[in-house]
Amino acid sequence: MKKEWPLWEVFVRSKNGLEHRHFGSLHAADAKMALENARDVYTRRNEGVSIWVVESKHITASNPENNGELFEPAQNKVYRHPTFYDLPDEIKHM
Amino acid sequence: MSEAQIKDSRTEHSRSLEAQFEARIARDEKIEPKDWMPEKYRKTHIRQMSQHAHSEIVGALPEGNWITRAPSLRRKVALLAKIQDEIGHGLYLYSATETLGITRNELFEQLHTGKAKYSSIFNYPAVTWADMGAIGWLVDGAAIINQVALCGASFGPYARAMVRICKEESFHQRQGYEILLTLTKGTQEQKDMAQDALNRWWWPSLMMFGPTDDESPNTAQSMKWKLKRKTNDELRQQFVDQTVPQAELIGLTIPDSDLKWNETKKGYNFGDINWDEFWQVVKGHGPCNKERMKARISAWNKGQWVRDAAMAHAEKQQSKNLNKAV
Repeated sequence: MKKEWPLWEVFVRSKNGLEHRHFGSLHAADAKMALENARDVYTRRNEGVSIWVVESKHITASNPENNGELFEPAQNKVYRHPTFYDLPDEIKHM
Repeated sequence: MSEAQIKDSRTEHSRSLEAQFEARIARDEKIEPKDWMPEKYRKTHIRQMSQHAHSEIVGALPEGNWITRAPSLRRKVALLAKIQDEIGHGLYLYSATETLGITRNELFEQLHTGKAKYSSIFNYPAVTWADMGAIGWLVDGAAIINQVALCGASFGPYARAMVRICKEESFHQRQGYEILLTLTKGTQEQKDMAQDALNRWWWPSLMMFGPTDDESPNTAQSMKWKLKRKTNDELRQQFVDQTVPQAELIGLTIPDSDLKWNETKKGYNFGDINWDEFWQVVKGHGPCNKERMKARISAWNKGQWVRDAAMAHAEKQQSKNLNKAV
């Protein structure tokens, strides 16, 4: 029987105060093994203070082919930006 | 070991944990959700962060009232975008609060039963279009001062939410000020409307920073835990000092006869705040407390069938997929 170990995505917090960031992925039989392997693969030089692993199949990703309709609505809403509003140059702290 | 000895060593252990914790904060280290923290730190954060989240979503109610009556399309899209942001900010803060081990439903329950508070300023009515200007300029202005200080809070998820919120909020204040600027350039009636809005919103805005330092028993602990980086009075002074010149620039008068520049402290002296009014509103007797909670609870209840239907649909899809696999 040849059953491939599932793929896991690894997220590492490099120091407290910062978000966990995606570092890469690895194969492991279960969550515990994924965590241990992530430590060995991605944090050999003190790169982090906290690790998250999540099985890759649990991540739903957007399709880059749909980027047009997905992100375009945000692009044409200039009024979401401070520069859209006309204020006198003398104004401070705003 | 005897029972007493075990108890002693436990107390000793928790004392040393607490000392280490305080030392971490003193070194400006951030605390993350899975780190050990004193129970009081957790509870105080749940209280303050959820109060902040509640303020975001309740704060959208007085403004929502004006969407359909905005005077132009430009004003309408700006107001809609602002309200959309406020609700989003509520969501950032609810999620950050949930990392401390409380559920969204529990948080809503606390809001709806009145156990949790929200900023008392949202219990005042927004009666004219100029109020949309005053709210953006003053209420968001005060909130930004408060939130910029909180970007350095010790609890990681709170500080990160604050950074994102501050970045997004910079347009809120500008759109409000632009509304008042336009009104002050208009007819006498429009100018009066702008002044009237400032008259009504000025004092409640000063109250947003909370009781004076000598009346605020939690301040010392909150400063030590870096849940607060500046005291209520320091933030209030900063607000007055930066807002007075902004009012002068558009020809509006701050409704305070005691307002006077103080050269020695390089800041304005200002009149006494009516704290009786503040406590009345906090205790539920403001002009709109009942109306706000009624609108909030009604929206929540009316949305129940939508939440249920979405969940039922998801479960049905899941069981369909399972059956297919068999």
